[in-house]
Amino acid sequence: MENAVTIEPPMITPASAPQQQVASDSEPDAAPERAPAFEVERLSIFYGEKKAIDGVALTVPSKMITAIIGPSGCGKSTLLRSLNRMHELVPNTRVEGKVLFGGEDIYAPDVDPVVIRRRIGMVFQKSNPFPTMSIADNVLVGLKLNGVRDRAFLRERLEQSLRMAALWDEVKNDLHKPGVSLSGGQQQRLCIARAIAVEPEVLLMDEPASALDPIATAKIEELIHELSANYTVVIVTHNMQQAGRCSDYTAFLYLGQLIEFGSTTKIFSNPTERRTEDYITGRFG
Amino acid sequence: MKNNQYPSWRKTKSALAAMIAFVCALLVIAPLALVFFHLLREGAGAVSWSFFTELPKPVGVAGGGMANAIFGSFQLLGLAALAGVPAGVLGGVYLAEYGTVRSNWLLRFVADVLNGVPSIIWGVVVYGLVVLRFKSFSAYAGGLALGFIMIPLIMRTTEEVLLLVPTGYREASLALGISRWKTIVYVVMKTALKGIVTGILLALARVAGETAPLLFTAFGNRFWNHDLAEPIAALPLQIFSYAISPYDDWHRQAWAGALVLVVMIFLVNILVRVLTRERLARVL
Repeated sequence: MENAVTIEPPMITPASAPQQQVASDSEPDAAPERAPAFEVERLSIFYGEKKAIDGVALTVPSKMITAIIGPSGCGKSTLLRSLNRMHELVPNTRVEGKVLFGGEDIYAPDVDPVVIRRRIGMVFQKSNPFPTMSIADNVLVGLKLNGVRDRAFLRERLEQSLRMAALWDEVKNDLHKPGVSLSGGQQQRLCIARAIAVEPEVLLMDEPASALDPIATAKIEELIHELSANYTVVIVTHNMQQAGRCSDYTAFLYLGQLIEFGSTTKIFSNPTERRTEDYITGRFG
Repeated sequence: MKNNQYPSWRKTKSALAAMIAFVCALLVIAPLALVFFHLLREGAGAVSWSFFTELPKPVGVAGGGMANAIFGSFQLLGLAALAGVPAGVLGGVYLAEYGTVRSNWLLRFVADVLNGVPSIIWGVVVYGLVVLRFKSFSAYAGGLALGFIMIPLIMRTTEEVLLLVPTGYREASLALGISRWKTIVYVVMKTALKGIVTGILLALARVAGETAPLLFTAFGNRFWNHDLAEPIAALPLQIFSYAISPYDDWHRQAWAGALVLVVMIFLVNILVRVLTRERLARVL
């Protein structure tokens, strides 16, 4: 059962990486680049009695960077986590509505969240390399624990993932050292390498640079930009400049409701909603 | 400025309180020092090479040792670990990783009650369950009795160290599409491994000195034991039977046995200290 998802041989090269699963068979006429990665339909999420997300409808384009912005406590992280069912780790959560991933409802009763998370990876606010593992093991843990044994393949994937995470040159001579021996920014890039080593189709990022200094932040942002060539990226940020700098689309969330969604240029220069403008210009938040 | 009205009296009170606290702290350390001092004085003379290598001699014959009891104690601890470690560790995993608030409340309550059960009760229970059924005292019965005592101890320490592992590691692993049980075994338990081992060692040290549960389970004997289904010697049992005997020679042997037992437990505790120091350095 663990090996049901076969890990294909390396096919990602930084230049081109077709991820055609997104254009699934259920929508044969959709052109691959145009097919959305996620279609969120009337999604509401409850923690016990509390409604954290209220009727959000959103279409996340594939191979683009979508930023979710909004004041603290507005449900940004919950919305992000609902895209790969990570919010279910909190007991007593309830979901209404649908999240279609490649046309398939990830909340359908027969869907295994473990399989969903293999296809939709996640990077967290606080970098969290496993303290018992070396740099190399941290990158490869997702593959190894899912049964990949082929050494040559693992070695290749190790280098490839670290290169894509712009970390290879810094760690190539220290692969056996503990992952936690790296600096904060390097640890976060290690976590990104770990997430992409399993070749997901989407990377969800929950404030990936908020704990980093400006130089490390700039590196992460550049990396996110490069990753969007191959991956759909959804990034939560409370830093509006960051959303403006590095995203293609922006969703503004307020009190659990989606206030506005559109291209980042439009949201930041000519928002339709008054509340979006007030938040962008810093009148509240 | 009422407080400064009688500065000397205030300072005296302060000094007095500090003194009382200091004396109480000494009272904590004193029993250990006393035990060691007494055991060394009475037992050190009787500890010799033959004490570790020879079987007990009959009454009236000088010399002899407790080799069979020392070896028997380790055999019993091994059996106790076989019985107690899997149930204790997995129970702790359940508490920390799977249990709901209500089931955990019940489990913790039961574990705490079990921790308070006098150890002789475990001896009686195992006597009824095992000894009567198989019509023989045995090493298995002794190991099982000790194992029962270890289960709640290991369960609670395992739970505590697993809860020390930050949630971020679980989330990172699950987000990689690693299944829950692999996350628990290869990420969470691996991170907390030293803490789990520490809990097991402390539980073993705790039951190593237990006498009551062995009285009518392991029973003791005076020879090498070749069959775990037969009565087996254990250090605490041997100390007990020698200490209540009327012979001076056996009394000396009992002191020596007590010294060896305490030193063994002391060494385990030092090992635990070393392990925990490294574990803390790693987690923090």
